[in-house]
Amino acid sequence: MGTSFHGSSRYVVSEDLMRSVNIAIALQKPLLIKGEPGTGKTMLAKAISEALEKPLYIWNIKSTTKAQEGLYTYDTVQRLYDSQFGADTVHDIEHYIKLGQLGQSFTADEQNILLIDEIDKADLEFPNDLLWELDQMEFYIPETQKTIRAKHRPIVIITSNAEKELPDAFLRRCIFHYIAFPPQDVMEGILHAHFEHLDAHLLQQAMSSFYMIRTIPGMQKKPSTSELIDWIRALQIGGVNPDVLTREIPFAGILLKKREDIERLTPTDPVSPRRRH
Amino acid sequence: MVFSSFFYHLRTNGLKISLHEWITLLKALNQGLAYSNLWEFYYLSRAILVKSESDFDQFDIAFSSYFNEIRNTESISSELLAYLSQAIEQQSYDQDEVDRRTNQEFDELQRLLAQRLHEQVGAHNGGKRWIGTGGTSPLGNSGYSYTGIRVGGKSHNQNALQVASSREFRDFREDETLELRQFQSAFRRLRQMATPQSKEKTELDLQQTIAKTCQQGGLLHLSFRSPRRNAIKLLLLFDSGGSMEPHAQLCNQLFQSVRKANHFAQLKIYYFHNCPYNRIYKTPACIYPESIDTQWLIDQLSSDYKVIFVGDASMAIWEMRYYTGGRNNRPGNFISGLSWLQKFVQKFSHAIWLNPIPTSQWELSKGAESIQYIRKEISMYPLSLSGIEQGIRQLIASK
Repeated sequence: MGTSFHGSSRYVVSEDLMRSVNIAIALQKPLLIKGEPGTGKTMLAKAISEALEKPLYIWNIKSTTKAQEGLYTYDTVQRLYDSQFGADTVHDIEHYIKLGQLGQSFTADEQNILLIDEIDKADLEFPNDLLWELDQMEFYIPETQKTIRAKHRPIVIITSNAEKELPDAFLRRCIFHYIAFPPQDVMEGILHAHFEHLDAHLLQQAMSSFYMIRTIPGMQKKPSTSELIDWIRALQIGGVNPDVLTREIPFAGILLKKREDIERLTPTDPVSPRRRH
Repeated sequence: MVFSSFFYHLRTNGLKISLHEWITLLKALNQGLAYSNLWEFYYLSRAILVKSESDFDQFDIAFSSYFNEIRNTESISSELLAYLSQAIEQQSYDQDEVDRRTNQEFDELQRLLAQRLHEQVGAHNGGKRWIGTGGTSPLGNSGYSYTGIRVGGKSHNQNALQVASSREFRDFREDETLELRQFQSAFRRLRQMATPQSKEKTELDLQQTIAKTCQQGGLLHLSFRSPRRNAIKLLLLFDSGGSMEPHAQLCNQLFQSVRKANHFAQLKIYYFHNCPYNRIYKTPACIYPESIDTQWLIDQLSSDYKVIFVGDASMAIWEMRYYTGGRNNRPGNFISGLSWLQKFVQKFSHAIWLNPIPTSQWELSKGAESIQYIRKEISMYPLSLSGIEQGIRQLIASK
């Protein structure tokens, strides 16, 4: 295998993750990435695409997405419409076959990266409907009696937020990687990749507050990396003195999205010096 | 076949690994993806064989126990380790020659190591035959070899066994109790889709519309069908007794997720104290004015209701065997708590009990005896993700 992945400048990749990506590339299997929201699952595909200089196809999955849509759609309504107004194209079905992201990735002229984002959002059976296509890298269009076969086997990255259990038959075919929440030293690297100028003192204070909040028991939604980045940006713009962070959490609404969590953050204040008269 | 005992070792340790995945791993090893390094092998096999972070912990335990066995078959003398820990610098070598000479199977290396350990006297650094450092022998450390076994020294990487035995993924085990979101998705599985015939046809049936339109030569004809609905009816009964206090948050999460799931045809939630008796309560406070007759409730509900009891099932035996369990002690209640439970199970064939106490303590906790009695009547599962999943499977399975 000539291609191997070493990370990109914008995306800080752990050694474990890099290893899993390379295993998936070498074995030509889809790589299934799971992890807490905000640990950069989606970013990974972009980073691979940049690092290997290969185009990226993104198929965003929603709760109503059907497997078929990724392959192709047959625009019957357009054809019906055309037929009523006597357009010339109406006899050529191929004119009404629109390839989905998976179809486009298969038919592309060079090897590419295919990201199937948040596969667990779809119906329970969705992953099973893609088994053949991902295994054999081909699918059949009955309307035109044509088989679309991948010219170059794409590197398939699949992300999941673990909202639903994925079927075993599907899992068996994947390489699995779990992105653990980054520890402080890795997080520092991630932040430096996102900020050109970051005051070291602010970074330290913000990080310690952030990890403190994550350890508060009973948090309904723990703040994630992307929220930390937004928060630090807000602190920079607001010109907040880093020392304030030891006493309070300004702009807590950026980190915490649930009212109960914000209330939990400021529990019956232990006699704070400013309040004593 | 190399290592097939490892496959069976993992399977007997409860990891559901298929042959398909095992063959993938063998292919990967053939491609040299493990770089003959236990550390790389650990990641490679985990990425291919384990498909959920909740199984990582189990994998770590199985991995370290298997490879510790192998490692411990050779005892390495302390003098040998002492000299190995002071590695000399890498000597120059011809890579092709070394690769050819040292490309050996792991089993072969094991045998070689045992033999050398037996024969070797003193230090041999920079060479290619003996256990040493800085050379090109497959045995030793800080040297170059295509395959090999590290003996002593400090790894430039962390040791795979060390990592495996540090069990970083303990928190992800599915038998640990869980968060709201996971509860919700577990309950999403409690569904049986059905198209009720009586329902009005309100959903556009696209396939049918197209077919009809084509039949009429392109004149649009809209077809409708009745939407599919979840036909599950659920009766949820919470123990709201004093011994449930420590589990309040967990039960609250369960309550929230069932309420939010919002996809049941019918959902009824009631409360009881310790065990259901002649009155069932509408509020967690369990007071008489807000109660209904238990027999009336059982009669009212159709038998296709699925029933989930949530409680620690821990009570004194007399509370279970005697009438009314010490509450509302009026003459005329001659049915014991246990019999009420039996009445429920007889009427509703799909009923389970979820217990917030971990399974491991069911036979040790102070409620061990009452738990045992209740388990004779009804299947009990722990109130954890895997417990709920098993329970839901039973609720859905046809009898």
